[in-house]
Amino acid sequence: MAIAEQQTSSQAEHVPGDKSWHSIVLQTLKRNEISLIPYVPDRVLTPLIKGLHADPFFTTFATAREEEAVGIVSGAWMGGRRGAVLMQTSGFATLANTLASLAVPYQIPLIMIVSERGTLGEFNYGQSLVCRTMRPVLDSLALEHHTITRLDELEFIADRSIKQAVTTQAPVALILNPLLTGGKVFDK
Amino acid sequence: MSSKMDTRNTKVMNRFDVTSRLIAKLKHEEAVIGGIGNTNFDLWAAGHRPQNFYMLGSMGLAFPIALGVALAQPDRRVFALEGDGSLLMQLGALSTIAALKPKNLVMIVMDNGIYQITGAQPTPAAGVADLVAIALGSGLANSTWAVDEKDFERLVDEAMSADGPSLIALRIDDKPGVGTTRRDPVQIRERFMHGLGVREPL
Repeated sequence: MAIAEQQTSSQAEHVPGDKSWHSIVLQTLKRNEISLIPYVPDRVLTPLIKGLHADPFFTTFATAREEEAVGIVSGAWMGGRRGAVLMQTSGFATLANTLASLAVPYQIPLIMIVSERGTLGEFNYGQSLVCRTMRPVLDSLALEHHTITRLDELEFIADRSIKQAVTTQAPVALILNPLLTGGKVFDK
Repeated sequence: MSSKMDTRNTKVMNRFDVTSRLIAKLKHEEAVIGGIGNTNFDLWAAGHRPQNFYMLGSMGLAFPIALGVALAQPDRRVFALEGDGSLLMQLGALSTIAALKPKNLVMIVMDNGIYQITGAQPTPAAGVADLVAIALGSGLANSTWAVDEKDFERLVDEAMSADGPSLIALRIDDKPGVGTTRRDPVQIRERFMHGLGVREPL
């Protein structure tokens, strides 16, 4: 399957024409001049994170919490630099206060890329429960969000969503589903 | 405060007074991020500047927001005013800042050992933890307690030309903030972006 090949292919190389999901995300960020990328790690996001670290266009670094990363990209936006936060579903679950008191009321185009755990083969009950809190939180704040399952739709959804976030000054969450990334599998 | 911390040779200062002293030193449109509550009330009362950002929530994010501004505008000095309770909520941010080493970021911690705005309950750190020791342990080598107002002013002057992030902590009294920030988040953000030269007013 294509997904399996993506997972095992060389992870940090983002050569032109590379149609892996992580290369498409990286190129889409770059094309939209999103250069500041704080993240809290996730196994599935590893090839994207490696690619971002390897590309000097991006300032990529780990933070201790997702809230911190949201504060950093919010400050950067106000200072004239665009950023995006990478996280896992469980990290999104820590963000309700920050979204409702910073990104939404101050009208900041916060771009969140969320690796989706808790579905399609999830083996950790805690993860599956956390995942179920994500869309109700997004909906309760009327936040734009898209779940991406198909490689052929990834670039369109990511590119248009980023442009919409910036022009409407509103946060957006791009949820990367296991159908796109392969997800994390039970391997112990 | 515990007996050990009482032996620290630091005067108990007043938040509005030291905030006013800081603002008086800003001659180059430096950005100032006011933390939630009294730190931004006193920042407002010290005289509104378009380069001031006032938080209305998101306790603990003054330093991360200031870090973002500092990364976006490396030629501008960026100050952040944070309370001790707020800092406790986001201690991990100290390590992030230490790892990134922004040359233009100055963190100021106002420590009165209480959650003043919610009814003056003591923080869990009060009497047991030393916030400067925590900052040093987080990798922020240029972290220090200000002994008194004069020492604070000297440390601010030093931070203006430091080649790495600085953290200045002060013991302050329990007097409430002098002013009250207007609570219009979009207006606050828009004015701030004008102040930073990112946008022109309509």
